[in-house]
Amino acid sequence: MKEQGVRIRVRGQVQGVGFRPFVWRLARERGLRGQVWNDPEGVGVELFGEIGDFLAALRAEAPPLARIDAVEAAPFEGAAPAGFTITPSRGHGAQTRVAPDAASCPDCVAESLGRGGYAGGRRAGYAFTNCTHCGPRFSILRGLPYDRGETTMAGFAMCPACRAEYENPADRRFHAQPIACPVCGPRVWYEEGGAEVAGDAVAEAAVALRAGKIIAIKGIGGFHLACDARDPGALTALRVRKRRPAKPFALMAREGDLGAIVALSEPARAALRAAAAPVVLCPALAGALPEAVAPGMVEYGVMLPYTPLHHLLLEAFGGVLVMTSGNLSGEPQVIENAEAREKLAGFVDGFLMHDRPIARRLDDSVLRAEPAQVLRHARGRVPDVIALPEGFGGAEIVALGGQMKGAICLIKNGQALLGHHLGDLDGALCFDEFEKAVADYRALFEHRPERVAVDAHPGYRATQAGQAMGLPVAEVWHHHAHLAACLGENLWPLAGGQVAAIVLDGTGLGPDGTLWGGEVLLGDYKGFSREAHLRPAPLPGGDRAAREPWRNAVMRLDQAGLGGAAEAEFAGLAVAPLRAAARAGVNAPLSSSAGRLFDAVAALLGICPVGMSFEGEAAMRLEALARAGEGRAELVLPTAPAGPVIDPAPMIAALMAARAAAAPEALAFAFHRWLAEAFAARARALVEAGRARAVVLSGGVYQNALLHRLSLAALEGLPVLTHAKVPANDGGLALGQALIAAAQLSPGPEST
Amino acid sequence: MALRDDKVTLSHGGGGKAMRDLIEEVFTAVFEPPGMEDQAVLEAAALAEPGARLAFTTDSFVVTPIEFPGGDIGKIAVCGTVNDLAVGGAVPLWLSAAFIIEEGTEIALLRRVVASMAREAAAAGVRIVTGDTKVVGRGACDTLFVTTSGVGVIPPGRAMGAARVRPGDVAIVNGVLGDHGAAILAARGDLALSTDLQSDCAALGHLMADVLAAAPGAKAARDLTRGGLASALNEIAETAGCGIEIAEEDLPLRAEVVGVCEILGLDPLYLANEGRLVVFVPEAEAAAALSAMRARAEGAGAAVIGRAVEGHVGQVRMRTAFGGARIVDMLVGEQLPRIC
Ligand SMILES: [Fe+3]
Ligand SMILES: [Mg+2]
Ligand SMILES: [Zn+2]
Ligand SMILES: [Zn+2]
Repeated sequence: MKEQGVRIRVRGQVQGVGFRPFVWRLARERGLRGQVWNDPEGVGVELFGEIGDFLAALRAEAPPLARIDAVEAAPFEGAAPAGFTITPSRGHGAQTRVAPDAASCPDCVAESLGRGGYAGGRRAGYAFTNCTHCGPRFSILRGLPYDRGETTMAGFAMCPACRAEYENPADRRFHAQPIACPVCGPRVWYEEGGAEVAGDAVAEAAVALRAGKIIAIKGIGGFHLACDARDPGALTALRVRKRRPAKPFALMAREGDLGAIVALSEPARAALRAAAAPVVLCPALAGALPEAVAPGMVEYGVMLPYTPLHHLLLEAFGGVLVMTSGNLSGEPQVIENAEAREKLAGFVDGFLMHDRPIARRLDDSVLRAEPAQVLRHARGRVPDVIALPEGFGGAEIVALGGQMKGAICLIKNGQALLGHHLGDLDGALCFDEFEKAVADYRALFEHRPERVAVDAHPGYRATQAGQAMGLPVAEVWHHHAHLAACLGENLWPLAGGQVAAIVLDGTGLGPDGTLWGGEVLLGDYKGFSREAHLRPAPLPGGDRAAREPWRNAVMRLDQAGLGGAAEAEFAGLAVAPLRAAARAGVNAPLSSSAGRLFDAVAALLGICPVGMSFEGEAAMRLEALARAGEGRAELVLPTAPAGPVIDPAPMIAALMAARAAAAPEALAFAFHRWLAEAFAARARALVEAGRARAVVLSGGVYQNALLHRLSLAALEGLPVLTHAKVPANDGGLALGQALIAAAQLSPGPEST
Repeated sequence: MALRDDKVTLSHGGGGKAMRDLIEEVFTAVFEPPGMEDQAVLEAAALAEPGARLAFTTDSFVVTPIEFPGGDIGKIAVCGTVNDLAVGGAVPLWLSAAFIIEEGTEIALLRRVVASMAREAAAAGVRIVTGDTKVVGRGACDTLFVTTSGVGVIPPGRAMGAARVRPGDVAIVNGVLGDHGAAILAARGDLALSTDLQSDCAALGHLMADVLAAAPGAKAARDLTRGGLASALNEIAETAGCGIEIAEEDLPLRAEVVGVCEILGLDPLYLANEGRLVVFVPEAEAAAALSAMRARAEGAGAAVIGRAVEGHVGQVRMRTAFGGARIVDMLVGEQLPRIC
């Protein structure tokens, strides 16, 4: 007998997150009959009875890891079952989503620590506790559908107790694929010198850390190297062994302990507590930790423990841990136990190991809460998707991103999936990861690209890989892609009109064959014109100029008519041959890069003039110096003369003249303000002339929080689009590339 | 002495007496037999052996400055063509030489270049058997361009080719890398570099003969000219269909070359050489090949730099001093900065 019912379709991130048992509970509470199932489009529900507030509750009370993009309800006629049941999945793969890895939920933390109602429970002290609201997902996934058999948990047979929880729709572990307990799940051990240390693994590791040892810890997406952040000896040893003299270390501590080392704003707390559990850059409290944690910086990158193992370890250790990625310099993080023993043995005194394999290498994501920025898009944020702006069709496109911060992007069905951070693609293993990621994301999302988008730079490895794919290739100019990435994440419609984009960057190939990186572009997804730019200077030594700030300083001093100062400033360096090479045009391409101007100014203020020990060091230290000088705003450098070419020469001359009297902090701050204002003035003019509808801020230099703030201040009163979800650096490039390629395929008027 | 001028004029290319004087007094010295006609007539005996094959190659040479520490354009023109033949397994025998001369070029310079060619050819055991000269107006070429072609014989049973390289084969170079490229850069007056660097320019026919005698199973060799070691290895990896792995710390490099590269931001792996080659030999013959090289002056600095490997097909990877590995690309046009 047929009855009138309602058929509901839920789209979004609704699989593998406890959505069906949630629907089951809602239906039962309301005495409704029917069924719920997973299928390629998400979750389907059929309800019979008086549905009342069911749809409202569906949205309001959804499980923590669920994200509902759409709920569609329509009446239908059918045979009503006697009760409400969860029925088997229908169809195959397509369009379904895999949830990102999520930090342990409060229940699982309490259960692992044996606290509250869980005291003496069977998972007290267990390092692999998880449920449908938390735990590993993408990092353990080997294939679809997301079932235990397709994860790295496949080798662990569930015990009867876990099986009962897994099969009980009322349990928070109903269909939690990585469900485990001490009887049936993965185990953790601590080893030193190739032998397992007897006793409690976590306790032994904590003892080692307290004794100043460095240990490798296997996590969700790879190994970390850890030591006591308060132990100067351990910090020095770690820096020496990892050959990492100055790059800041990430820190991990319980929230209560973080308050003693950083200033925690509410947005920062929210970012830290989110399921993604990223590293969040927060203002460091002066003197809280030894300088060696983050030399020359005013922020620390901190994160909360995000697995039960981390929670147990921090309970036992009780302090702040350095948690830096476990890799050889230039290589991706180590993920396998044997690989860790082979490669990390020289770095560490012990290993906190476990036997749950890692299927995907995922670094920690890195964010800033104020201003909201994503510096590295990785663990906990992938494979999430973002919606495409209005006007983009259904084209399937794969974009392969940049060179130094590899990341790919797939678009399909009006959504974009920005892949995880892959590192510098010249690194052999990073390139292997890149190739794997291309195949992997394509397979997982049943993606059949009709076009591949790449950077126009022929020397990028990603570009070369794209050209070898046998698909039509869309070559995209680097800074156009930055512009489009920012438009895209702000849902700027395809027909939304032109914007004035301030793109401050390292170097990217421009259509005139020079290297751009300090630009005001007027454009949209379909095209752009270069309206203003930094006066170009040679980059003597090519990429070497990006590692040795003095090279840029010499060129900018020469332009300012202060060449004579260069000899004194950089005595002992090859100033004359450098100039000769620039003059003769031997490996000295012209560039309007703002990043290299930062380097030049940094060198003039004594910041690593001869060489950087990590990418971006000079600019980061200059920013730190300027933030310390924010209160001393009295020094103003001369405004760049009007016109499309922003010439830093008068600014450099004034900076040199002021150097004797002014504090370096004040000079660094004045430079930031000069740069922000020079570019803002040009962008403002485009908006005020009615040529641009908004201003976009993009490019790697906008990772600089101070410059970001000063630019917003200088643009006050104008609509400004910034990066909050996608990196402003080359990690976001692929999104822009994909959108530009899609725009080329979309109908509609050509850009003017 | 019929030739009175000290500079080349357009009349030296006019086909008249001036041209004949120039050829007879300057260029004939290099040719064997002297007074040869437009066409070389060669005895076929060397080719008569059953199974022997003819190797034939050509190359044009342009270099600034024309004379540089350790060589000149003439020396390069002989060595380059001899080396092209030698790395293919051929015994170099005969060369042709064609000259394009810019009006105004010093005749004394031409004499030096030609003498240098004669010297180098004699040392390499080849004869320059035919040639040509042309004079062009100012600006139509840069002082002097030289084209040499070479003929050699590949003995029966010898088969060298990049396609024969298999995983496990060992890569050996015959000396420090990049001396030529760095010396040329340093010799450019406008770069303000002062070094004692000399070009590595050398003919490698005898060295190859010794290597092949010591390591008859040698698979392939390449001279490391334009694009340097990196380009040669990439070519071999691609053709062989395997990967190549080299180790940074095994690369023979002179400190001065490293210094020049640091200042100019260049990678010595891409610097040109004119007397260097890489040879791939089966592991079992590597030691013999190495000592054969080291026994000769032009191989004194020979070193094992890596090997062909399974995996990363077509790709060259270098283990860095820090234990990581980086991809060593084929040079794509001009190397533009990529750091963003
Ligand atoms: Fe960029
Ligand atoms: Mg040739
Ligand atoms: Zn949980
Ligand atoms: Zn169990």
